[in-house]
Amino acid sequence: MTETAPIFRLLDVEKVYQIDRGGWSRLRRNPPRRLAALDGIRLMVRAGDSIALVGESGSGKSTLLRVLLGLTETSDGRALYRGDDIAVLTDEKRRSFQRDVAMIYQDARASLNPRLKALDLIGEPIRQHALCPEPELRDRVAALLARVGMPADTADRYPGQLSGGQVRRVAIARALASEPKVIVADEAVSGLDVSTQAQLLNLLRGLQHEMGLTLLFITHDLAVASYLCRRIAVMYLGRIVETGPTKEVLRHPLHPYTRALLTASPRFFEPIAETLPGEIPSPIDLPPGCRFAGRCRRQIDRSRTVASTSRRSPRRAPVAKSLASTR
Amino acid sequence: MAVRDLSLPDRDALRLPRLLADQLRSRPFFVIAAMVSLTFLFAAVFAPWVAPYAPDFQDSNALMAPPSAAHWCGTDSFGQDLLSRVIYGTRYVFLIGFSSVAIGAVGGLAIGLAAGLTRGAVEWGLMRFVDAILALPSLIMAIAFISILGPGVDKVIYAVGFAMIGPFARTVRADVLQVRAQAFVEAAGLMGVDRLRIIWRHILPNVIFPLAVQATIRIAEAILVSSALSFLGLGVVPPAPDWGLMISEGRAFISIVPWISGVPGAALALLLIALSIVGDGVREQFDPKMRTNR
Repeated sequence: MTETAPIFRLLDVEKVYQIDRGGWSRLRRNPPRRLAALDGIRLMVRAGDSIALVGESGSGKSTLLRVLLGLTETSDGRALYRGDDIAVLTDEKRRSFQRDVAMIYQDARASLNPRLKALDLIGEPIRQHALCPEPELRDRVAALLARVGMPADTADRYPGQLSGGQVRRVAIARALASEPKVIVADEAVSGLDVSTQAQLLNLLRGLQHEMGLTLLFITHDLAVASYLCRRIAVMYLGRIVETGPTKEVLRHPLHPYTRALLTASPRFFEPIAETLPGEIPSPIDLPPGCRFAGRCRRQIDRSRTVASTSRRSPRRAPVAKSLASTR
Repeated sequence: MAVRDLSLPDRDALRLPRLLADQLRSRPFFVIAAMVSLTFLFAAVFAPWVAPYAPDFQDSNALMAPPSAAHWCGTDSFGQDLLSRVIYGTRYVFLIGFSSVAIGAVGGLAIGLAAGLTRGAVEWGLMRFVDAILALPSLIMAIAFISILGPGVDKVIYAVGFAMIGPFARTVRADVLQVRAQAFVEAAGLMGVDRLRIIWRHILPNVIFPLAVQATIRIAEAILVSSALSFLGLGVVPPAPDWGLMISEGRAFISIVPWISGVPGAALALLLIALSIVGDGVREQFDPKMRTNR
């Protein structure tokens, strides 16, 4: 049964921040402005899945992760972990959640206490969950370090003595330390040099195959997404505008935003075909209608007024908005 | 922020003479000030061996004698050797300075931690208490305290220490709020590390170091306040060789025999300046924002 039960399920999750403008506007009783960071997210993560979340900065990817980890409460909708609401897990379930779900932060250096050695940093989840007796801790940490391609003597170094790439790898080693079943990663390999990146991607892919690790990967890099993740979810302004098998979405994008993302990424020996015009709009007080309208090349009047919702295309998973069908 | 060079020059620099030479070249004032402070500390610890006379020995042949071979810094109105009294006085100075800062730092750490980790009524109450301490200058506060507790070395320590809780608590709370917002604290929470352990392993060590730096800077202030108390006759009781007391005793004769007040006054000024420079140097060394290479 556990084989098929989804690990994470997001049911129409919304996260709205009320922006208090303070001062005069409060006196004038203006209604507070609303910032919808997440707006009706539906997502299902099954065991063994690997999902890439892509989208520009500000599209709500990080907020989505925080909701999944129980760090941010939803304003509406429910976020479930193995069928239980993440916000109100029982102690026992919370403990297994803490052990089974590991997070790799975007800013690896900030996620490691600068006053602890790598041994204690990586050893922390091991000690916490009592995964091995204290005398074996060092060997265990060394094995984890070896896995991410670091020498064993790294264990005695402080994060301040490691380079950016090394700190990343220590962070990944720590995430693996609790033998998690799910890894949630926020830009875990971006900014590393190509060989390191390849090594870590191979490591993650290997774990995925061997241990059935479930991956949830935020990335800007569509190539990383296609290598590591079987499924992809394209986010734009707090909505998942398109999901589907990575291959198919990248080959035949249905949503114009996905297409724009694809054409905007550089390729060998080719000029960048079309850049995505403009900036992501502010998510505060969005006008009704399609969110992508302002930047869409295939903009037609209808989509300005028809609210975009996910629509199931005959071929695959939901695609937001009307345009997909009127191509 | 690049990778630190993994070869050895770093370790070589740890050898003491070279370290000293390097420091002397790059920060001469710091080294001189540290040496002056250490000299005072040495005098305090080994006073009976260093001082030429006992602090209360009265040489009736040399009342208010000017500096001479027998009494290097002269004598006071009782014929007591000023140099010896200043040397014994350093014991009071450091005892009061260290102890009161310790009280202030521990109290400030407890209150600052509690206020930084809680929300709502507890935090509000603690911070208003801190505000109340901060509202009065430490000297006034200490005077109020002494007038309740009565004079005596231990009372001076309590009074000055209590007055120091305010500023310590404020800085600790600010540091706690800053550290608590860091990703590694959140990460520890995600891994299921329990709250007390997070405080002990992740928050406390990142708060203790700035606190220690703060403490070295505040020692000078504690010494100044305690000397002022003795000078006003509120602190250490008279026969004791306390600097503030000595300055006050010499006040009546200042125009005819200036050295009675002058010698302890100069010692106090010298020590305070030295300690301030040392404190600044320590802060530069440990404050990551001011640190240039590392």
